[in-house]
Amino acid sequence: MSVDTATVRHIAKLARIAMSDADIDALVPELNNILGWVEQLAAVDTEGVEPLTAVIDQKLRLRDDIIDDGNIRDEVLANAPDAQHGFFAVPKVIE
Amino acid sequence: MSDLTSKAIADLRSGFRSGDFSAREVATAYNAAVAAGRALNAFTVETPEIALAAADAADAARTSDDLKPLSGIPLGIKDLFATEGVDTTAGSNILKGFKPPYESTVSGKLKAAGAGMLGKLNMDEFAMGSSNETSAFGPVISPWKRRDGGNAALTPGGSSGGSASAVAAGLAAGATGTDTGGSIRQPAAFAGICGIKPTYGRCSRWGIVSFASSLDQAGPMAKTVRDCAILLEVMAGFDKKDSTSLDLPVPQWESGLSSDLKGQRVGIPREYRIEGVPVEIDALWDKGVEWLRDAGAEPVEISLPHTVHALPTYYIIAPAEASSNLARYDGIRYGLRELGDGGLDGLYASTRAAGFGAEVKRRVMIGTYVLSAGFYDAYFTKAQKVRTLIKRDFTQAFDRCDFILTPTAPSAAFALGDKSSDPIAMYLNDVFAVPASLAGLPAMSVPGGLDAHRLPLGLHLIGRELDEQGVLNAALAIEERAGFTHRAEKWW
Amino acid sequence: MVNDYRIQGDTGEWEVVIGLEVHAQVVSNAKLFSGAATAFGAEPNTQVSLVDAAMPGMLPVPNRECIRQAVRTGMAIDAKINRWSRFDRKNYFYADLPQGYQISQLYHPLVGEGAVTVLLDEKDEGSARTIGVERIHVEQDAGKLMHDQHPTMSYVDLNRSGVALMEIVSRPDMRSPGEAGAYLRKLRAILRYVGSCDGNMEEGSMRADVNVSVRRVGGPGEKEAELGTRTETKNVNSVRFVMAVIEHEARRQVELIEEGGAVAQETRLFDPDKGVTRTLRSKEDAHDYRYFPDPDLLPLELEDEFLAACRASLPELPDAKRKRYEGLGITAYNAAVLTADVESANYFDNLLDGLQRPEFAPDAANWVISELFGMLNRTGRDISKSPISVRQAAELLSLIADGTISKTIAKQVSELMLDENSGHFGDDPTRIVETRGLKQTSDTGQIDARIDEILAANTDKVAQYKAGKEALFGFFVGQTMKAMAGKANPAVLNERLRAKLAA
Ligand SMILES: [Mg+2]
Ligand SMILES: [Zn+2]
Repeated sequence: MSVDTATVRHIAKLARIAMSDADIDALVPELNNILGWVEQLAAVDTEGVEPLTAVIDQKLRLRDDIIDDGNIRDEVLANAPDAQHGFFAVPKVIE
Repeated sequence: MSDLTSKAIADLRSGFRSGDFSAREVATAYNAAVAAGRALNAFTVETPEIALAAADAADAARTSDDLKPLSGIPLGIKDLFATEGVDTTAGSNILKGFKPPYESTVSGKLKAAGAGMLGKLNMDEFAMGSSNETSAFGPVISPWKRRDGGNAALTPGGSSGGSASAVAAGLAAGATGTDTGGSIRQPAAFAGICGIKPTYGRCSRWGIVSFASSLDQAGPMAKTVRDCAILLEVMAGFDKKDSTSLDLPVPQWESGLSSDLKGQRVGIPREYRIEGVPVEIDALWDKGVEWLRDAGAEPVEISLPHTVHALPTYYIIAPAEASSNLARYDGIRYGLRELGDGGLDGLYASTRAAGFGAEVKRRVMIGTYVLSAGFYDAYFTKAQKVRTLIKRDFTQAFDRCDFILTPTAPSAAFALGDKSSDPIAMYLNDVFAVPASLAGLPAMSVPGGLDAHRLPLGLHLIGRELDEQGVLNAALAIEERAGFTHRAEKWW
Repeated sequence: MVNDYRIQGDTGEWEVVIGLEVHAQVVSNAKLFSGAATAFGAEPNTQVSLVDAAMPGMLPVPNRECIRQAVRTGMAIDAKINRWSRFDRKNYFYADLPQGYQISQLYHPLVGEGAVTVLLDEKDEGSARTIGVERIHVEQDAGKLMHDQHPTMSYVDLNRSGVALMEIVSRPDMRSPGEAGAYLRKLRAILRYVGSCDGNMEEGSMRADVNVSVRRVGGPGEKEAELGTRTETKNVNSVRFVMAVIEHEARRQVELIEEGGAVAQETRLFDPDKGVTRTLRSKEDAHDYRYFPDPDLLPLELEDEFLAACRASLPELPDAKRKRYEGLGITAYNAAVLTADVESANYFDNLLDGLQRPEFAPDAANWVISELFGMLNRTGRDISKSPISVRQAAELLSLIADGTISKTIAKQVSELMLDENSGHFGDDPTRIVETRGLKQTSDTGQIDARIDEILAANTDKVAQYKAGKEALFGFFVGQTMKAMAGKANPAVLNERLRAKLAA
């Protein structure tokens, strides 16, 4: 499998990274190089092998249903590029 | 290096406790070293006042007989760890100016144990790199120089390059690192210091900027094996805020240190003899086997047949996880915001285009692609299956041996710029380190010797799950026999 | 029959195929992956932890209660509970989604296949339809965007961000707006019985994505494999609107196809003011969510003990309760009405407990439905705020059962208890009966005297009765009762009257 300009443009859109045509053109061979290299895995026999789900065998712990967080609006908003009236502000979204 | 800044943590600890010097003297010496070492570009932020405050608290604690394990020890903290009120950027423009209102669990434990923070350490952007050249703050320079007359600036390795350079140059007594696919061990090897990545889940990931969640582990970097044991004991431990944290008591690794390896078997994986690796590295590996035999261990040949697929497996899984983990850097709640063409999507795309560097973009693109519709099974699921096989290889190998010895990296430190144009050549740096990361196993680099250019080379020990002690002990046996006391000559 | 819902097109008859994805907010104190509160209506961004705001390095830790409630919900619809499930990330960018992904469950949901049985006609068991539920998975809610606070900016409130939702996905088993409505109401009832969701659609605790497609009646496509192209209308927040969406979408799709067009697989939005749906996004710019297992979370494995505790904690569910009520002689319709919502069912159960006369259950049901519910409806009160407490209702019904008052008097007493201006609002019925002297009498002397007066005043009717017009008996009863101000024991009155008329 290899990627072309249109695919890379689509991926950049999915990843929300603005790219010029020149950026895209430069990335096509780079990504193909890496993808070509990782594709060697296709040759590995994984018949009947389960994908790894936990690196170290352990079970998910569950938390008690206790309110022990929140009420820290100032901390939550402290680093915001644009906070207004207790909200994060973003360019108007039309739904 | 002053007398104080050349000391190991264990010696600083005993000297401070017995009253040979005060913590303030130590902190002052290190603050001066940090300021004098700016040419190395190891720090992104210097916090001399924080180091002094901790030192004063340590001095007071000594008077009141209330010493903590790391009282009087000044450390550097990798910029991937959130530090309350102190800029935390993960080496990225997208987080420039971010001051977390919280402290990572691991750095918080170090602070609570009395350690002082000298500053935040430079690193590859979001820990993606093996040379520290992807940092938004510019590359870290290794204190080491080749002896061939060339004066090329060398890489300290990456992504914990700032940590490696700072410890090697005496700018910090020890440092935190993080290791996703070798980011503690490879720079430790390049800089002639020790570094251990514990079992996945030993150190809490809470408050550490995520790169690839299923691989990320914090660990210490320091001059000696003992120092690593001292620091790791403080850094490790269960954290209910991290679902992958191991709910196990922390062993007393320091007091458990022993270089007597009688009755143990050291596995030598035949697949790690890789073509193109310099003979000096193979020679050092052989020497390592001899040192371990001398310590009482019996060498056995083992096979890890799927490790040849470890790097491509890693370069599917890590970018996939990263592409998702880095989605939160969107210009809305913190960090950089570029408005772009005005709309919300424009804001996202412009912010991320301006905020991420080339390697991060490359990996986010790869990760996005391998998870996208139609490719997920062929890439991601396949890689997770191979990962199962890689882990199984280790499980089977540990039926035949107690720990594994390999070289840490396929070369000594290279010059800045040497590999930055060839991503795959750069990725190959972690060929020996990545398999243990994929399997979540404890692994450590310990200095073994110098190459022909008089640059440090590391030996790499991989242990069973949770057997950090075995890894530390084998490293200690090598440390004692290698007699590696070399330090970079001060030029900065 | 609702089952025969058909769209009459220009070229023939069409059937509509409906599936619903219901998002139900789990009742819990704290969020799914953080310790921030979930209460509705707080000041913006006050119920937000660093985890909910997706600060760098923050990690999710799941809330046991949210898992427990989803498991109990699954058990309540007889679904398969998966002992091994896993959280996946659904990746997309939006201003209300701080992580850039929603933690959800795609590949291995917590709850597998189950079913909900609905009655299309409450009086008719034969109208039962079983709607398949494909799965229930647990996921995070997103934050909220506000567009009307600033001319050029939208505001983001993350209070809802991370609140636990159950997504309950039905099979495309519904064939009419009525069926969809019945399914939603039944599902809401079950959730409220179980206590896993408050079902408050106005506050957004329950909302539905409505999947609609159409196909020709009798043409190819009667089998599931041959469904038409469907549209999904997102976030519809009332039963009425869901039904409106289906009607509108079905008609729109039929017209589109009959005009030679094709239905586009797309996401649509409902405009409640205009009663129409419109395109939100087409398939071309549909998201590619890049689902993959969340590496911050291990697989979720459930122990026997946990599952047993979940099962043991399940209450009697609507269908079982309805059957039990019918077994007590309550009519099918009354049983359906009483069990439709957990609050009225609880009220009635407590009433039966207080009454301690199972044989009186049908009368109690009648009283609750016609008197109490009727009055609550007229005064716009909720059963939880009934001025007649369960204890008082039991007392009142006991007074009827033991013959202290008649049903007629009981009606009077209830009205006094429910009327804020009666001077008896909220009073105990015994007290009202006493102070107003409403006790019924079996004193034959009194009753005989009244009967004699009535018969004397109506000699013509007495003659007619004796000539065979027996229907007049009721007239004499009514007149006598009226003269006794309703207080005569009806049995005694009947007996004495019959005796006098026979004399
Ligand atoms: Mg949906
Ligand atoms: Zn959903």
